[in-house]
Amino acid sequence: MSRIHVTTTINGDPVEYLCDPEETLLDVLRDRLGLTGSKEGCGTGDCGACSVTMNGRLVCSCLVLGAEAEGAQIATIEGMAKGETLHPLQRKFIEHAALQCGICTPGILVAAKSLLERNPDPTEEEARYWLAGNLCRCTGYDKIIRAVMDAAAEMREAS
Amino acid sequence: MNAEFDPSVGTAVGRSTPKLENREKVTGRAEYIDDLYRPNMLHAAILGSPFAHARILSYDVSEALAAPGVVGVITGDDVPAGRMGAFIKDEHALAKGKVLYLGEPVAAVAAETLEQARAAVNLIRVEYLELPAVLSPEAGLAPDAPILHEALADYIKVFDAGSTGNLCSRTELTEGDVDAAWAGCAVIVEGEFTTQAQAHVAMEPCGALAEMDAQGRVTLWSANQSVFRVQANVCESLQLPMSRLRSLTPRVGGGFGNKMEAHIQPLTVALAMKTGRPVKCVLTREEDFEIVRARHPFRIRMKTGADAEGRLIARECEVLLDCGAFADDSPGVMGYALLMSGGPYRIPNQRATGKLVYTNKLRFGAYRGFGNPQVSFASEQQIDEIARKLSLDPIEMRRRNLLQPGDGWFVGPKVASNGLSACLDAVEKASAWGRKPDAKPGTRRAKGIALSAHISGLLGTGAIVRMLEDGTISLNTGATDIGQGSDTALAQICAETLKVPVEMVSVASPDTDGSPYNWGTTASRVTYTTGRAVAGAAGEVLRQAMGHAAEMLDVPVEDLELREGGRIAIRGSNTDLPFAAISGRAHWAKGGPIVGSHTLVFDEPTHDPKRAIALGLPFPRIGVFSFAATVVDVEIDEVTGQARVTEAWSAVDVGRAINPRLVDVQIEGGFIQGMGFALYEEMVWDGPKLANPSLLDYKVPTSADSPHVHSIIVEDPEPSGPFGAKGAGEIGLNPVPAAIANAVGAALGGVSHDLPLTAERLLPRIIEAEHAA
Repeated sequence: MSRIHVTTTINGDPVEYLCDPEETLLDVLRDRLGLTGSKEGCGTGDCGACSVTMNGRLVCSCLVLGAEAEGAQIATIEGMAKGETLHPLQRKFIEHAALQCGICTPGILVAAKSLLERNPDPTEEEARYWLAGNLCRCTGYDKIIRAVMDAAAEMREAS
Repeated sequence: MNAEFDPSVGTAVGRSTPKLENREKVTGRAEYIDDLYRPNMLHAAILGSPFAHARILSYDVSEALAAPGVVGVITGDDVPAGRMGAFIKDEHALAKGKVLYLGEPVAAVAAETLEQARAAVNLIRVEYLELPAVLSPEAGLAPDAPILHEALADYIKVFDAGSTGNLCSRTELTEGDVDAAWAGCAVIVEGEFTTQAQAHVAMEPCGALAEMDAQGRVTLWSANQSVFRVQANVCESLQLPMSRLRSLTPRVGGGFGNKMEAHIQPLTVALAMKTGRPVKCVLTREEDFEIVRARHPFRIRMKTGADAEGRLIARECEVLLDCGAFADDSPGVMGYALLMSGGPYRIPNQRATGKLVYTNKLRFGAYRGFGNPQVSFASEQQIDEIARKLSLDPIEMRRRNLLQPGDGWFVGPKVASNGLSACLDAVEKASAWGRKPDAKPGTRRAKGIALSAHISGLLGTGAIVRMLEDGTISLNTGATDIGQGSDTALAQICAETLKVPVEMVSVASPDTDGSPYNWGTTASRVTYTTGRAVAGAAGEVLRQAMGHAAEMLDVPVEDLELREGGRIAIRGSNTDLPFAAISGRAHWAKGGPIVGSHTLVFDEPTHDPKRAIALGLPFPRIGVFSFAATVVDVEIDEVTGQARVTEAWSAVDVGRAINPRLVDVQIEGGFIQGMGFALYEEMVWDGPKLANPSLLDYKVPTSADSPHVHSIIVEDPEPSGPFGAKGAGEIGLNPVPAAIANAVGAALGGVSHDLPLTAERLLPRIIEAEHAA
């Protein structure tokens, strides 16, 4: 089967690639583009470790085909920090010890950023439900929620 | 040589230093096994057995070998006859002659792409003779049961296992005179309990990458909890000299016991040796559920007696464990569960016996808690049952029986530090125990409590500390950080001993070529045992540096002191030398580069023969004890029967928190994993086949299900520990199922005999309670 030529934008940069028709966006990111920050925890859309945004919508990149990225705006964990300057969520995750093994961390950060873009002032319950699609087996979630709430407060103050 | 515990000095220990590798983890730059690529690398896929128990009659790999992209295929015929295993060496690198569980790897393919490898495994033809399967320990003990391991008698065993038939091992521990003691009891409770299989679900599935060089030496990266256990398992199963295999680790995405012993490292190495090219094999989530290992299902019969004042007199515990197809860590889990079956109480008469039985399921093995959560589920409920019968408050009942400072543990281990009472006080106060929670209409609600103890210790460990030319420090321990933060805690211990900032200490990644031996990241042991080695090695560096400084300043060593920032000074004067000057002299002028090393093996005996009788004890030297108390507030929906933890308080005596915030996360994460085990996590088999090997069908707690957990650190310094520290990794999980069951018991009455406490199990009890009322 012939490969598909895709022109897309990833973390603001124009990107072109060839992919197989059945290849997932996650595999394209990891294996073709070397963007290994998105993780495969299940491959079935159940764990959220591969979360990215596509045209502003939070998706599991293991459930999106690479070919679907044509013309889209994709944002991954690699685009979150601006150079050496960490995003407030990244800083707060470090400050609150909201990460342990780190496999879920990129997906949770992407998902949390997506939450705060829609709702800059979430309640704790809203944050817990928004992030319920991102499994973490290490932290018990409490410190993640604290970090997200703290980052949200800081970002509201700054804006 | 251990650093003395002195809270008044130092700047590194006791601080919540963020984990050293955090920045790479929040930016997506951390490299795990699946992120590693080697030039010319092949991808592997595994063929699993379609039968739970069968003889392998023949293989035909011709079609698979001819498939596009395929470079090599291995079957049981391609691997040597070596067997591996922590306690009983019963497992080949790949099924040979027989398959013992459904899904067991029987062949593997290496191909240019993963898709090609996956397509090709389905072209391998294997002829089997199906045998009747053993699907429960009870069935395995039946007189006419099919035998899994015909050569069991010939296997190498590292302890007196008593193996026979399908009985993998048996253990019996006795102290006092249990049979005579029942007559003196005013209250006796007795019950049978079962616990289910729990999957580890580390968010990173297991994986390995192996590469053979031109000399035939193999380099192996893998997701692991011990590069040294990986090396031992691969070399035992593939009959390689250990010097021919170098075992390394990238970042590891969680373990919880799953990655301690071998998973697919041996077959990945076999594929790399067969093809001569680098081979990467990473399990799918489904395979990770089906072929690695899981928490043991327990059947527990427990009987407990107390006098009229609630003082415990006797405890009897009998367990039956499903071992699965291979022994793995199972004998250790059973022995440890029996050792912990009395809980952290004074019980003069105790007997604990267990049988571990091979079945045709995936191996069960190490899982955070190591058998302790299962026996605690029974034990702590019986403490509450006795309290109810005697109309005692559960906390008062426990206070009357607490293991006191100076008391030894069941069978004989010494207990030096014991902050149990402080843990109990802390959760009583924090949870406002005396205040009954208000139940919303349509719900039942109550608090429950459970206590626990856990060891940290076991086996060998080492550390090498080097002072670099510029006076900065390199630390190398061989301990794999699986995310819990041991690299950071060990760097803090090193920095504290040398009074340098943590940033001046670099931590080497574990490497069997260059790191000193470390048994593994398991048994809550790294901070305690490896921390001791680090303090010792750093102390040796300091001793050498002091020797140089004495010569350089022309004063006796006794006149020198170590000052903050890594400077050695003459006491009471401003004259000092930075480490850089000392190390420069050592490197270029006199004495040679400063290297300190320290190794140890935990050698305090588990069993005191004057005190107790022990048969088939898998761990003759065990560890020091941490303690915990947990209170939960549980709400049960009267319509659905669904239970939910609304809030939790957990106090853990960790001796000394080297990094308090990282201890908090151990407590909180352990709590939530224990809550999943208590309420809904369950691996379900449909005959021999695991029915729910996916995260859709196997539910782990999400952020929406998880309550706020108040973690409380209690510090009762352990004299042998580095700066007083002892373990924190597992203990937070142990009491959780029991505490939740006790809350359910307080809300609905009765005892919870079976885990998990699903809505299906609780709803009939609500209906029954309403009928009774």
